Amino acid sequence: MANRRRFLSVALAAGSTLAAGELARAAADGGDDRPNALGAPLSPYGSPSPFERSVVRVATTLTPTKFSSWDFTPLQDLHGTITPNGLFFERNHGGVPEIDPAEHRLLVHGLVDNPAIFTMDDLRRYPPVSAIHFVECSGNGLTEWSKPTGKTVQLTHGLLSCAEWTGVSVSTLLRDVGVKSGAAWVLAEGADAPLMDRSIPLEKMMDDAIIAYAQNGEALRPEQGYPLRLILPGFEGNMNVKWLRRLKVGSAPFYTREETAKYTDLLANGQARMFTFVMEAKSVITQPSGGMQIHARGERAISGLAWSGRGAIRRVEVSTDGGNRWSAAQLQEPILSKALTRFVFPWKWSGEEAVLQSRCYDETGYVQPTLAQLVRVRGVNSVYHLNAIQSWHVASDGTVTNVHA
Amino acid sequence: MHKTILVAVLLAGALFPVMLPASPTASGIGQSPTAAQITNWNVDVSASGAGLPAGQGAVAQGQLLYAARCAACHGASGAGGPMDRLVGGAGSLTAAKPVKTVGSYWPHATTLFDYIRRAMPFDSPGTLTNDQVYALTAYLLYLNGIVSENAVMNARTLPSVVMPNRENFTEEDPRPDAP
Ligand code: HEC
Repeated sequence: MANRRRFLSVALAAGSTLAAGELARAAADGGDDRPNALGAPLSPYGSPSPFERSVVRVATTLTPTKFSSWDFTPLQDLHGTITPNGLFFERNHGGVPEIDPAEHRLLVHGLVDNPAIFTMDDLRRYPPVSAIHFVECSGNGLTEWSKPTGKTVQLTHGLLSCAEWTGVSVSTLLRDVGVKSGAAWVLAEGADAPLMDRSIPLEKMMDDAIIAYAQNGEALRPEQGYPLRLILPGFEGNMNVKWLRRLKVGSAPFYTREETAKYTDLLANGQARMFTFVMEAKSVITQPSGGMQIHARGERAISGLAWSGRGAIRRVEVSTDGGNRWSAAQLQEPILSKALTRFVFPWKWSGEEAVLQSRCYDETGYVQPTLAQLVRVRGVNSVYHLNAIQSWHVASDGTVTNVHA
Repeated sequence: MHKTILVAVLLAGALFPVMLPASPTASGIGQSPTAAQITNWNVDVSASGAGLPAGQGAVAQGQLLYAARCAACHGASGAGGPMDRLVGGAGSLTAAKPVKTVGSYWPHATTLFDYIRRAMPFDSPGTLTNDQVYALTAYLLYLNGIVSENAVMNARTLPSVVMPNRENFTEEDPRPDAP
């Protein structure tokens, strides 16, 4: 610093008489391998380093339109447990609407004492609550039922993200309007093109549901429901209705298209399960994972994510031999209810073939199942709620691939 | 703490009613919606038929509308795409590749009215009259062999349509079912 200042003043004093080449030589005398130019100026809103350009969401190729489709969070490139807002996975059913918050309203009506309509300013008058929760699409892993398909953990597990949500407790709002006796379900409806809507048990709404206006400290991103969305901790992503504009309290479910034609789980016998809301405990190794290449033998920490829609993760185990031997992984703080939990496991790669797996236990004692166990009860056509143990094969040349083991 | 605020607000409301904006809530936050605000948004239709509007539509009208407004995306006969298949698939739910359509899968006919009205045509939702939605509903039920070609759908007839797959849904969540 002192050196640099001296150089600058010398350079300024001599500037008028020194040629550019001599100036450069003067800089070289200040030491090699150091910056010789100013960095970028201040910027009003920061963005990732240009060297991180490959860390992006990737869209599915399965849908015939981009306007009812989804894209995946690059879990393999992320650290800790919080998903950056620009990488939070997307799922929408009619494009991302552009909504002026000054025009936005939330209507609460139906079986309530006093129907009310709220502006964004109104909602910010309630005491804010903040909580860290994952959101996972119940279709996460839908390509993996019958054969390993996604090449990377982004494609097998990336309909999963986690953020700190800030907003109003739904219970505060519903108590404020007064819920009538006989109320049991609440219809939540968005202000997007298809007015996407789902029925939610009143019990869940009064338990831990949040009407969120902020995500990781800033206003929601448009793709995440700006200016208002529902957060139902641990429930399937689709129910966390984005662009929320209406809550209608009723006595029965409304049987919307998204909870009948979609988001129902078809079993092998032709029966289908409706209202399977909770995302059961699940874990996955993100480092190393599908599509990566391990270059060197020896020390290489395994790391991944575990989560449960029923509460906190209690334990994660890792196997490097396809599930024969399991050892406890270390859980990193914070270990929060219905939030992503990071686990790490020290490993030395011997250069031999390995099959890496993780399995988690949640606070209810539930153990993440194998795919075979799931398929035995649900068949391979239930689309939703695949929470099976994931296997990554490490070949002797270090190539990591998605396998069913 | 929150309760104290509420009580304070309520007290203030009782003592100085004119100082507070008219608000229906205990806290004084929010406004009473106008009747028009509620009716404009209150478009959901339940399985019981509650919420179905006045009006009606017949299969024949639906056929014309479908050709004009829907066929480009869903195929001339409700199959063949490029978007979701709407017709057929009966008996396929236990097959290796189930074909889930309005006819083979959907449990409630009322949902069809509700969904077309809220979400279709996909690229211009909210541009159909209630009569047109009834007609399209009738036509899609007819294409799936669920109602006759003379059927007329309205708030009375639609809730009584029994969907073939209705009994195959279970509403209780039996999980965890594995391990
Ligand atoms: C521009 C293309 C397009 C047009 C035009 C269109 N649709 Fe659709 N339709 C879609 C797409 C895309 C979906 C799936 C949306 C989703 O899943 O979010 C869909 C879904 C549906 C579904 C639900 C299918 C299921 O099993 O879940 C029905 C019913 C439907 N459309 C009826 C109609 C009717 C009736 C019309 C004419 C009034 C129409 N659509 C016009 C693109 C279109």
